[in-house]
Amino acid sequence: MVIIGAGECGGRAALALRDLGFEGPLTLVGDEPHLPYERPPLSKEAMTGETPAIKAIATDALFAERSIRHIHSVRAVAIDRAAHVVQLSDGSSLPYEKLLLATGSVPRKLPMPGPGGRCVYLRTFNDALAIRAHLSAGNRVAIIGGGFIGLELAASARRLGAAVTVIEAQPRILMRGVPAEIAEIIHKAHAAEGVTIRTGQGIAAVADDGNKVAITLADGQTIVADLAVIGIGAVPVTALAAEAGLAIDNGIAVDGQLRTADPDIFAAGDCCSFPLAVYDGRRVRLEAWRNAQEQGALAAKNMLGAGEAHAAVPWFWSDQYGLTLQIAGLSDEGKSIARRDLDDGAFILFHLAGDGRLVAASGIGPGNAVARDIRLAEMLIAKRATPAPEALGSQAVKLKSLLVA
Amino acid sequence: MSDWVEACAAGDIDEEDVMRFDHGGRTFAIYRSPDDEYFATDGLCTHEKVHLADGLVMDDIIECPKHNGRFNYKTGDARGAPVCVNLKTYPVKVDAGKILIQIG
Repeated sequence: MVIIGAGECGGRAALALRDLGFEGPLTLVGDEPHLPYERPPLSKEAMTGETPAIKAIATDALFAERSIRHIHSVRAVAIDRAAHVVQLSDGSSLPYEKLLLATGSVPRKLPMPGPGGRCVYLRTFNDALAIRAHLSAGNRVAIIGGGFIGLELAASARRLGAAVTVIEAQPRILMRGVPAEIAEIIHKAHAAEGVTIRTGQGIAAVADDGNKVAITLADGQTIVADLAVIGIGAVPVTALAAEAGLAIDNGIAVDGQLRTADPDIFAAGDCCSFPLAVYDGRRVRLEAWRNAQEQGALAAKNMLGAGEAHAAVPWFWSDQYGLTLQIAGLSDEGKSIARRDLDDGAFILFHLAGDGRLVAASGIGPGNAVARDIRLAEMLIAKRATPAPEALGSQAVKLKSLLVA
Repeated sequence: MSDWVEACAAGDIDEEDVMRFDHGGRTFAIYRSPDDEYFATDGLCTHEKVHLADGLVMDDIIECPKHNGRFNYKTGDARGAPVCVNLKTYPVKVDAGKILIQIG
């Protein structure tokens, strides 16, 4: 077995193959110099912690004990499907019986000319270290893109005392996947913490002289910063699959069992698009930690012939200041909303489809105030439940009681 | 090893639910199972030190509210990614409607 990509997904898949009893040769190939690690802390603890530390999902000792060969700092450059061989960037090749592509995604690039080193992206631990070096008190940081990475980074930068401006081309932050009421809470939290947010602002020009960045907005204003971090989304890493003749459809196209059209090649995590069973096969690609983890484990099962279909409900979270946002399901499936207010200003929006089915739930509040109810909502979504909006909206009705109904 | 500490009243926790209990600078989670038995574990998830009492109890599983790490709260066993370190458990007894845990 060969796994290309040693992130959360690939790492979890490797461990899962051993958990499932696979005893043959198992190789995990990654282009970073590190052990597989968790990326969510990169915008948070890796910035604000006393010393930036990698949160690895395995140790060298564990890999050795489980006979998982981890090849680092090497890319896969070609797949010879007929010969069942992967060519690596160091000139070596790896034969495979089953291959998993867990190549992940990379930051979408801003279509601007030549960076001088002060316009950066955040994807890897090394990226995080480079950004961290500039987040000291008094420094000016411009964040291009009001999505999760940008906003989490803005919160971390404020905690470290940097002056922060967030620039978002859309009319509001978090346009993709987050309801307006919740985005507004987050916007206000950033404003209260001193972040300047400029929404509805396209970027006309970026000048990076190696010491500072001057960002000219569509309205002609210029924002000067010591560092600009660009967080405008991610694109799946598909070139290897495409060159091997595999279908690409907003990611490496796989079926519900994470199989490509080649019966010996699977794809999982950020790099793949797949049919989401809970929405009747709607093809999606998810850039989420839990999805990477779950699909890594599922791909491992199916590489061993389980034939199990993906059935999970999408779920993700974001932490900014003391607030946590959690969303289960995709809220754009909803036609109407029932709102449940919880203690301490926390609330959950339940998104219902036209036929009354609960299709998503979005919650925000201090700490983990919404976690339990979002988890129960996730189970209701998976069950295709049609709970009464009045019950969803009433804090007196326990969601757990709706689950058994 | 006989420090039994009163944590709460038996009725303070719903069936199939969990409650946080802080004592002596430590934090614990106390559970009431669907079959009306009580259990106690360390209060923080072994993955990222999150309070488990904000999590969901289903049967004999507590799920961390942050990243869905799962533990069997009766035995402390970690049940899959991202958690791999077991939770410490503590003896519990019910005495005259009070829940006592032995935190020795």
